[in-house]
Amino acid sequence: MTIEEAASLLRARELTVRELWDACAVAAHARNPELNAFLEIFDADDAAIAAAQKRIDTEGDAAPLLCGIPLAIKDNILIEGKIASAASKMLEHYRATYDATVIRKLKEAGALFVGRTNMDEFAMGSSTEHSAYGPTRNPADTSRVPGGSSGGSAAAVAAHLCIAALGTDTGGSIRQPAALTGLVGLKPTYGAVSRSGAIAMGSSLDQIGPLAKTVEDARVLYDAIRGKDPLDATTIPDALYPAREVPAKLRIGVPRHLLEAGIDADVRAAFDATLAALESAGHTLVDIKLPTSAHALAAYYVLMPAEVSANLARLDGIRYGHAARGKTLLDDYLLSRTEGFGPETRRRILLGTFVLSSGYIDAYYRKADAARAVLRREYEKAFESSDVVAFPTTLSPAFRFGEKGDPMSMYLEDIFTVTANLTGMPAVSVPMGTVAREGLHGEPVQLPIGIHFTAPHQAEESLFAVASAVENAR
Amino acid sequence: MATTEEVKKLAALARLTIEDAELEKFTSEFDAILAYVGQLESLELPADLAGGKPSLRNVMREDGAPHASGAYTAALAAQFPAREGDALVVKQIITHE
Repeated sequence: MTIEEAASLLRARELTVRELWDACAVAAHARNPELNAFLEIFDADDAAIAAAQKRIDTEGDAAPLLCGIPLAIKDNILIEGKIASAASKMLEHYRATYDATVIRKLKEAGALFVGRTNMDEFAMGSSTEHSAYGPTRNPADTSRVPGGSSGGSAAAVAAHLCIAALGTDTGGSIRQPAALTGLVGLKPTYGAVSRSGAIAMGSSLDQIGPLAKTVEDARVLYDAIRGKDPLDATTIPDALYPAREVPAKLRIGVPRHLLEAGIDADVRAAFDATLAALESAGHTLVDIKLPTSAHALAAYYVLMPAEVSANLARLDGIRYGHAARGKTLLDDYLLSRTEGFGPETRRRILLGTFVLSSGYIDAYYRKADAARAVLRREYEKAFESSDVVAFPTTLSPAFRFGEKGDPMSMYLEDIFTVTANLTGMPAVSVPMGTVAREGLHGEPVQLPIGIHFTAPHQAEESLFAVASAVENAR
Repeated sequence: MATTEEVKKLAALARLTIEDAELEKFTSEFDAILAYVGQLESLELPADLAGGKPSLRNVMREDGAPHASGAYTAALAAQFPAREGDALVVKQIITHE
């Protein structure tokens, strides 16, 4: 069921908020032992359920669409009084002392929260295998990963354990799991959505965004959470960037030079077929060149760890979080951080420490920062002749657990998605059908894949337009 | 090539301990990642960007009183690993001995 469908049934009195909540909670409890999508399924909030029902009864169609809608929230977004662990042992018992701005906005709209969802520890990973609480399984094939880092949110929506969910995206953590589970995932423009109350990973890259079953649902959630916030100085006012018309016939930029190698043949075929369908619906395809994109992932794996090492320095076992005690104060830091952080988190902290260290900062960090500016220019140039830029979201469908055991092969999962984080531009992944693979026992399984679009800053409307066109063409 | 000694030194800077059993693996993975990000060296930058000035700038605002004093004290103090009243207990680091 989508947000639109649920809201319509609630208004028509064909469904009560309590019935909708119970249906999600029952499904979540039934499927979670298998999927591990939720780290915690919350008890019913009777007051919130009653308030949402009352609001629908009295306000009718004027009530927000999200009123009474059960959502899942990634475990790195703070809900007052609830644990927010970022799927880390470091924050296993940490209780949020305030609501994230996005949570406050959702509460004001009358939304309900089914639970907090599993993720790669501190949002570092592309499979949810780096959670300290075990991996999440892909509902399409439970021998495969759901993607990550927002894999729990993706699995919860795809398995119908909630209506929609929030994730966070630093290098593709909303869009890649959306693609691998057959959902729509939006990373908004940098600054469009407040990060107050999101546990920071890479602060120049992080955005909160929706994972939903339809483009319209993604838009409803995005509209509910966006806006300038005094608690996040990086949020931007409307119309900061030049307004862009959304033409009825979109110009879709395709950087074919980047699609020549590495993509599974059937994923490439589905991508070409989706573009052909868009073309026959009257949209035009434009050849574009984005030469520096080949260096985007390298730049990302310099800038992101640098920011990770700085952001996670606050977790030292002194004021909150895992607190091990040794003989000296230094022992307290060392023990707390070594016990609290998992291997991938420690790897990225070390990498960040390295690229920021004297003697290497020019060769790595400053070079990567300049590459980021070049990428942005190249995209701005491409947007002179196109309204959106298209890629496949991933090279392949969902992979098996343990298949990408070495870090570098896992990092390559993000090769197409990181650029939007580096440039700050909004991007969306939309389902583009399925491809056949083998299940655990050799049986054929159909695995979802996604098509990815990037738009200029604050041109989310262009993304919704092209994403709807894909939805309608299928 | 990263050496195990270098990785140990980075770990110390980052306030982490890498066990000897993990050290070889961490070092070889580190090498593979650095080899990949090292491709940035071959990237030619336009002259105006070669200076490496950051594109982002810090934004300052006036200090204000965002919330009533003490509004969050109880919730924050509840997270302390050890406390005396509302005070956080930490190790003594200066002694008279």
